Amino acid sequence: MPSRKAAFSGRDQLMAKLVLSPTILAATFFIYGFILWTIWLSLTRSTILPSNHFVGLANYYDLFGSSRWWRSLSNLGIFGGLYVLISVGIGLGLAILLDQRVKAERLYQVVFLYPMALSAVVTGVAWRWLLDPGFGIQAIVRSMGFPHFAFAWIDNPDMAIYTVVIAAVWQTTGFMMAIFLAGLRGVSPEIVKAAQIDGASTGRIYLRVILPSLAPTFFVALVLSVGLAIKSFGLIIALTGGGPGYSTNVPSIFMYVFSFQRGEMGVGAASALMMLVIMMIFVLPFLLLDSRRQA
Amino acid sequence: MGRLILKNIHKTFGKDEVLHGINIETEENQFLILVGPSGCGKTTLLNIIAGLERESAGDILINDRRVNDQSPKNRDIAMVFQSYALYPSMSVRDNILFGLVNRHVPKEEREQILQDVAHMLQLDHLLDRRPRQLSGGQQQRVAIGRAIARRPALFLFDEPLSNLDAKLRVEMRTEIKRLHQQLQTTMVYVTHDQIEAMTMGDLIAVMNDGIIQQLGTPDAIYNDPANRFVAGFMGSPSMNFIPVTVCQGEGTVWLEVREEGQAVSRLPLPPVLQSGLKTAVDRKVILGIRPEQITDPGSAREGSALHTMELKVDMTEPTGADTLVFTRLHKTPLVARAHPSTKLVLGSNTPLSFHMERAVFFDPDDGQRLA
Amino acid sequence: MRISSAFSPGRWLIYGVLTLAALFFLLPFYVMLVTAFKTMPEVYSTGILALPDSLNFSAWIHAWSAATIGAASEGIHGYFLNSFILVIPAVIISTAIGAFNGYVLTHWRFRGSNIFFYMLLLGTIIPFQIVLLPMAWVQGRIGIAGTLVPGLMMVHVIYGLAFTTLFFRNYYVGIPHDLIKAARVDGAGFFSIFFRIMLPVSTPIIMVTAIWQFTMIWNNFLFGVVFTQGGQQPVTVAINDLVDTVTSVHMWNVDMAAAIFAALPTLLVYLIAGKYFVRGLTAGAVKG
Repeated sequence: MPSRKAAFSGRDQLMAKLVLSPTILAATFFIYGFILWTIWLSLTRSTILPSNHFVGLANYYDLFGSSRWWRSLSNLGIFGGLYVLISVGIGLGLAILLDQRVKAERLYQVVFLYPMALSAVVTGVAWRWLLDPGFGIQAIVRSMGFPHFAFAWIDNPDMAIYTVVIAAVWQTTGFMMAIFLAGLRGVSPEIVKAAQIDGASTGRIYLRVILPSLAPTFFVALVLSVGLAIKSFGLIIALTGGGPGYSTNVPSIFMYVFSFQRGEMGVGAASALMMLVIMMIFVLPFLLLDSRRQA
Repeated sequence: MGRLILKNIHKTFGKDEVLHGINIETEENQFLILVGPSGCGKTTLLNIIAGLERESAGDILINDRRVNDQSPKNRDIAMVFQSYALYPSMSVRDNILFGLVNRHVPKEEREQILQDVAHMLQLDHLLDRRPRQLSGGQQQRVAIGRAIARRPALFLFDEPLSNLDAKLRVEMRTEIKRLHQQLQTTMVYVTHDQIEAMTMGDLIAVMNDGIIQQLGTPDAIYNDPANRFVAGFMGSPSMNFIPVTVCQGEGTVWLEVREEGQAVSRLPLPPVLQSGLKTAVDRKVILGIRPEQITDPGSAREGSALHTMELKVDMTEPTGADTLVFTRLHKTPLVARAHPSTKLVLGSNTPLSFHMERAVFFDPDDGQRLA
Repeated sequence: MRISSAFSPGRWLIYGVLTLAALFFLLPFYVMLVTAFKTMPEVYSTGILALPDSLNFSAWIHAWSAATIGAASEGIHGYFLNSFILVIPAVIISTAIGAFNGYVLTHWRFRGSNIFFYMLLLGTIIPFQIVLLPMAWVQGRIGIAGTLVPGLMMVHVIYGLAFTTLFFRNYYVGIPHDLIKAARVDGAGFFSIFFRIMLPVSTPIIMVTAIWQFTMIWNNFLFGVVFTQGGQQPVTVAINDLVDTVTSVHMWNVDMAAAIFAALPTLLVYLIAGKYFVRGLTAGAVKG
């Protein structure tokens, strides 16, 4: 009977396992363990300090009984929906324009994409200044001879969430453009040539040939922008601080405020879990679809 | 140098057994070819010999030393890969020396080996280049040089020529054969190309479905195939296979091509083959005959058991040296080899001579050789 | 009408739209920059778009060394330094571990290593709010709560690993496995293959990963605001505190100068090595 132990490459194989094991342990504990832990916290009467006093779904009743949470959810819906649509749309548009053998293409790219290198906090500070009614866009337009022009969304609880859309679109549209441009550059030139020989117009080639072949790129852009919308935090904090009042609260801010400022850890944990659920609802179908497409 | 013995090698991946008991024994200084279609297990077997994969069962002996538990480094082997696998960040010199440094070969000796190898493969002027600055053929030579530098007991080649263009491939074929004679070491060479197998090997193992279908000399593999798979895989164009029925009467044995039970053609059998088919009388068998054994009557060899038939020419394919004739014997498509000067008219009949003494027979069910 | 095909009305439209978009993207930074060079009276008296009368550095100096953040009035320079103290080790550690992980996951796979990879992938999409509370508790228990190093650095290393591993894995997949086989036959072991064969061809992916991690960690706000306190905060948190501090008058010029300081390191990296930054954004994204 030959020995079945892989003695010969055993040392190297063992090394490989050893090298990977810290990350395996870290991922298991700090990602999956912490998710379970947060779930447990959300079922306890934890306030400023964690507690093991089990209270069932009480925190979830509190959460969904809170108008502030509902406002956060609806804000995420408005902000997320508009932000994804606009940034993906403009990003795609800019990518198509840049794909027309434009001179100084690199320069345009650098300009479109630089906000992505900035911190969300810096972006928030800059737009807070631009959107300030006394100095910013409203003041400029008024000084240009339109004294009754009004653009004070940032101070208006009903409109402030749209200023968040503007700033977020400004920061990440270039990213969407870069993704679509990479996708466009991946389209086989032969397919395009074939369509040209078939007599298709440029518009038709884009609509019928190029864009359909970009389906995977759309998936990526949507998943990423939905993810960015749900994770948005620093930008809103710096731009509006979640206000006026709590009119621009979103789940990420709600979670932060309840967990770390108001000492309602149980409710904070419940809101964190809801964020994970929201992310999974929007992202998992895309990932599954994507893996099926690849299989 | 370099005797290789494989005893009953098995390999399973999860639930799939990909090698079902491989037995090979080489002489010293042999050129062993592992040939077969992709997925037949030949590369897995080579990796097992190298120690890059672990066998599930069986023994590997190199120079009569059992190496199952040895790392690739300690098996006294060198390997040449299909993709050359030259270390991209190292110069040609360092590529060749890498294995020697790892084995702590003294510096003076290393330099001497480097000079010898570079000289043998005409790499002298390339030593300071990086792999990406070399042509495909040069990269191939460096890969071989890297293997030679080690002076191993066993050379392993994993489809080394399949990335080269046709002309270079023929050149390198000759060069590797020359090296084999020069180095006096056993080489194990994996390929899916049956021409490489026939031209380079002393010993060929034809593999399919994880089994050695036949182990033998090129001549035995080609002219005396053990089964229908070997017969069909080796040789281009492929051997013709004709379903026939064996008939006996009046002290002789002959073959009939039948359609719906009625004989539509009769083929005589030379006496040497008759005895082998006596047990198969009244049964269907598969007649195998290579294209070059069906020729125009003018090219037919004298005195052989010839049987000439008029067959319709469906298509021709001139190769220069001769012309391939695509025809049919009733419903069975056939390929014949005719002299290029033969007058052939598409759609018309032409006489073709079957060298029946070179025919082989297979069981229609399991494909095993009958006679 | 003499319109050459190269400058047809369609072409003009393309350049027009692209240039308008470029102006939109440049506007906020322009406004920040001109505001930071103004004095406060100038901020009040001139329009937001107007150039400053002269290049006045007082706002910059004030932001750097005198502005009130939290309890102290020492400007952002300490926090700026904090960010470097945080970012440098965090980038080095997470990139190094990611490189080894990617190497194992592509060329030393073992039973379960692929499952682990997909497990890790989830780490790139979860909202980090889900880990904040347990992490805060753990940091408290091991006595590193509120610290920049090792507290905040540890958080960034752990949650950066999923990204760095993904980057290196996707890169090393493209390196032929024959190369590893050849090196093993040549007598090289696990580490010597990594250092002699893999690392020398890894410069592009090291750049991509290091720049990605640098940008992500430097710009991060959530972890910083949750896990640090008492002068240990990174610069992003300090900027927010500065802007948020309610004083009698809002010093917009100082806010803008401070924000530009905070933006400068990542912006410079972007301008110098933008190619790698874009590759990280798209490659990491597209392959995920």
